[in-house]
Amino acid sequence: MHPRYEVVIGLEVHVQLTTKTKIFCGCSTAFGQQPNSQTCPVCLGLPGALPVFNRQVAEYAIRAGLATNCQIAPRSIFARKNYFYPDLPKGYQISQFELPICEHGWLDIDKQDGERKRIGITRIHMEEDAGKLLHDGSRGSRVDLNRACTPLLEVVSEPDMSSADEAIEYLKQLHQIVVYLGICDGNLEEGSFRCDANVSLRPFGQTKLGTRAELKNINSFRFVKQAIEYEVERQADLLGDGGTVVQETRLFDADSGLTLSMRGKEEAHDYRYFPDPDLVPLVVDENWIEEVRAALPELPEAKRQRYIEQFELPEYDAGVLSAERALAEYFEALVGLHDQPKVCSNWVMGEVLRALKENEVAISDCPLPPALLAGLLKRIDDNTISNKIAKKVFEAMWQSGDEADTIIEKQGLKQVTDTGAIETLIDEVLKANPQQVADYRGGKEKLIGFFVGQVMQKSRGKANPGVVNQLLKQKLAG
Amino acid sequence: MKITREEVEHVARLSRLALDEAEIEALTGQMDTLLGYVEKLDQLDTEGIVPTAHAVPMENAFRPDDVKPSIGLERALQNAPHSEEGCFVVPKVIE
Repeated sequence: MHPRYEVVIGLEVHVQLTTKTKIFCGCSTAFGQQPNSQTCPVCLGLPGALPVFNRQVAEYAIRAGLATNCQIAPRSIFARKNYFYPDLPKGYQISQFELPICEHGWLDIDKQDGERKRIGITRIHMEEDAGKLLHDGSRGSRVDLNRACTPLLEVVSEPDMSSADEAIEYLKQLHQIVVYLGICDGNLEEGSFRCDANVSLRPFGQTKLGTRAELKNINSFRFVKQAIEYEVERQADLLGDGGTVVQETRLFDADSGLTLSMRGKEEAHDYRYFPDPDLVPLVVDENWIEEVRAALPELPEAKRQRYIEQFELPEYDAGVLSAERALAEYFEALVGLHDQPKVCSNWVMGEVLRALKENEVAISDCPLPPALLAGLLKRIDDNTISNKIAKKVFEAMWQSGDEADTIIEKQGLKQVTDTGAIETLIDEVLKANPQQVADYRGGKEKLIGFFVGQVMQKSRGKANPGVVNQLLKQKLAG
Repeated sequence: MKITREEVEHVARLSRLALDEAEIEALTGQMDTLLGYVEKLDQLDTEGIVPTAHAVPMENAFRPDDVKPSIGLERALQNAPHSEEGCFVVPKVIE
């Protein structure tokens, strides 16, 4: 990605979990509520309040660990990370340090050149989120602690990525997995999936890592790419001019596309981690792990492979259909009702995705359930309607929610396969176009398309194109 | 000496404690004594012993994922020296 330097990227992703309550208290985690309305002595950090761990958070962490090939620690502990900032009322964040719940995992990504690359996952640990600071107040900064103490997983990768594209691939895959697992809503804009990138450069061949900068505040995949690419150029320029990279945190500014040094926040990153005496160790036995493993959904990568093998779909189709769990479920339900995977794939990737996009509807709210669509596909299959008419019927079904048969009946769209009726139409067309008939018979066989078009038009799309084609050829030959 | 004056000043800064000269002097001595006392543990052979994470021999204290009522905005802000539109107000932390 850079001619002179090897780029080294490691990512830290904060995944906000979709538990109903916070990690250490029973306050709701609902988004967008009135500031500070979802707080209690625990998440406000009032003296004497004691945290009690939400079991669901461990369950979700184990899911994430198993899905990313991690080892699940039989015993893990919570630690205090001490620092002063107004979004953290206790003066420390409860996190995990020496003994995180998951370690030594990996994900395989597809590189641009088609090669697979394994990206190591160092660890996944559980922690509480901080509150939100708003800087628009007249007198000072405002603090909303609704988000304080909501559960996060921090997923830390090895510095195994060597381009912005690889980083994006890794992030997309991780995002897909946590959404599939049902442990995160995946909403980047609302901050449910946040990424920090550690970027450093080193001359090719050097084994020692260069000094890294940590990029923060990146809330879309596109910005991750922009931020990393800008940072690589910045560091390469510095090094090229004989300068050195300072280890620091840099904020990505989406408006300018630059990363900016966060002056002043560098002082004393001395977190003085120690085991939190308010929380007892978390012990996860084999039974628990196996229970979670048994309940894991089929993951996107496995689904993609299965679609290729079992349904004989092209790699592209398999990738699109498996990317989102709800879409995959829709497709599989459809194939269950209409056993022609490629036809189903074409309709889902074509009409369904188009209509969803045009109407800005999520697949989970699709107004046309698989059963209705299967009803439509049956009518193409048994030649009641042509593919072209089917698209018209699809539109009408989307609008009304009616069955395909009802619409075909009501609008009189039933395909004409009766050869007698079609022959009449053909005779009319040939009679009206004597010049073209003569040309065709003189060798301009491409004109067949013109005749088919005329006949189809006369039938208002209802004639069976196959039958029209066959009869036309017979008549023109004779 | 187990602890230097600079270390005491550093820890005081991290803890947001303003110490005067005499206090730094006194605390350096006291912390030195404390560390010296704790150092006695070094005499023990702790090879193969799992570090203690909690004083009580207990594990897995769980809470189910059920929503409990929060204490309400008014009570949450009751002790705040400054508040505005339902938020705590603190000295501005960015320029």
